[in-house]
Amino acid sequence: MAPDAGPPAHAHLDAAAGAPLHPAAREVLEAALTRGYADPRALHGPGRDARLLLDNAREVVAECLGLTRDEVWFTSPSDAVQRGLLGLVSGNPRAGDGSVLSAVEHAAVRHAVSWHASRRDDAPVEIGVDAAGRVDPAAFAEAARTPGVAVAALQLANHEVGTAQPVTALDLPPGVPLFVDASASLGPLDLPREGWSAAAGHATSWAGPPGVGLLLVRRGTRWANPFPGDPEPQDAGGGLPDVAGALAAAAALRATLEERAEVDARRRRLVDRIRTVASTLPDTEVVGDPVDRLPHLVTFSCLYLSGETLVRELDRLGFGVASGSACTASTLEPSHVLAAMGALTHGNVRVSLGRDTSEEHVERFVAVLPDLVARLRTEVGL
Amino acid sequence: MTGDAQEPIVLELDCRGMFCPLPVIELGRRHAEVPVGAVVAVVTEDPAARTDVPAWCRMRRQEYVGEDTAADGTARYRVRRLT
Repeated sequence: MAPDAGPPAHAHLDAAAGAPLHPAAREVLEAALTRGYADPRALHGPGRDARLLLDNAREVVAECLGLTRDEVWFTSPSDAVQRGLLGLVSGNPRAGDGSVLSAVEHAAVRHAVSWHASRRDDAPVEIGVDAAGRVDPAAFAEAARTPGVAVAALQLANHEVGTAQPVTALDLPPGVPLFVDASASLGPLDLPREGWSAAAGHATSWAGPPGVGLLLVRRGTRWANPFPGDPEPQDAGGGLPDVAGALAAAAALRATLEERAEVDARRRRLVDRIRTVASTLPDTEVVGDPVDRLPHLVTFSCLYLSGETLVRELDRLGFGVASGSACTASTLEPSHVLAAMGALTHGNVRVSLGRDTSEEHVERFVAVLPDLVARLRTEVGL
Repeated sequence: MTGDAQEPIVLELDCRGMFCPLPVIELGRRHAEVPVGAVVAVVTEDPAARTDVPAWCRMRRQEYVGEDTAADGTARYRVRRLT
């Protein structure tokens, strides 16, 4: 085909919500589907094969994260959050039922603590954030010292604006364990070595299979299953584990860490390029910390524009992006993250780069963006 | 004076039934109809306005005075024209 034939390929700039499986995981997935189909708890040959593959996956993930094998469990991404967080409350029944979290946690975390609190006629305590979306570690720790608080939850970095949170700077009182939601950030960012009791990861953040989550519970943590079943942590909450998915997730994680220095230096540079162009647009604010953040994600809001229109128009021009604006949500509520930051919630665009997003994709994006914003502003008469 | 709920509203923009970003577009189009120093208000049920009217003020260098309610109980956001 001639180089100038047809429109350019669609550039997927919504990698945080889903990206093609890492090539290193594809082969592994195929092999694991062939060999790892049986129940790994079964005593027959195929069961032993599956068990071996699952143990192998656990070993690889533990090694990648600097953990031991008995600290890593494979489950669904939302189950990892719910069990990881609420298991710390169940494991510590005398501490109370209260929870402290930042105002910008992912909906999975907020829903988990709200669900737990509603069954006890209680309310979680949300700690506000600054204009960059970062929680104040002193205010967070202070709230955790309130009697009756059983758990504190803080994300490693924000899924909508990319800002890293001060998870290593929290002076939490003894007896209040920290749950770290790393669902948006594991792969690009490392979990700290110490200072947390349980954490959740989501393979999408390292180009693994989207249905695989990690439940991480540190050794010696007082953790008890908050849901029906065995009190100890288990793969898939005691159900049938996704052996092939776990192995593919492990392979993708290892490959992502191996190539991280190169890939994330490029993504950081490309994100900076988008930040620079977006910040020159009239009546547009780029939100989130410019430096201490996820390397692959950038968010901005354009005054007077509809997030839905921006997403649709950019799609027509060949770019897939996300938006936190109310009109793109199933409810009419705007993004709680943007609202907590005091950032403009309408006209919002979140761009997240995959491992294979190229400079050409980004240059094409920043070339069309100013004209698009100007045209849409003219259409609304401003 | 800032935040004085008794200060008269010179122009009240009825944005009931409008959703984001229409109330802020209406504010952007019409706030200059009041003299500098006077207060214009946006009346709307749109939950995004609670964040977006103050954000508009910050970005357009106007003063966000505060939120109260219109006679029918709809949220009302007050803005002082500075420029």
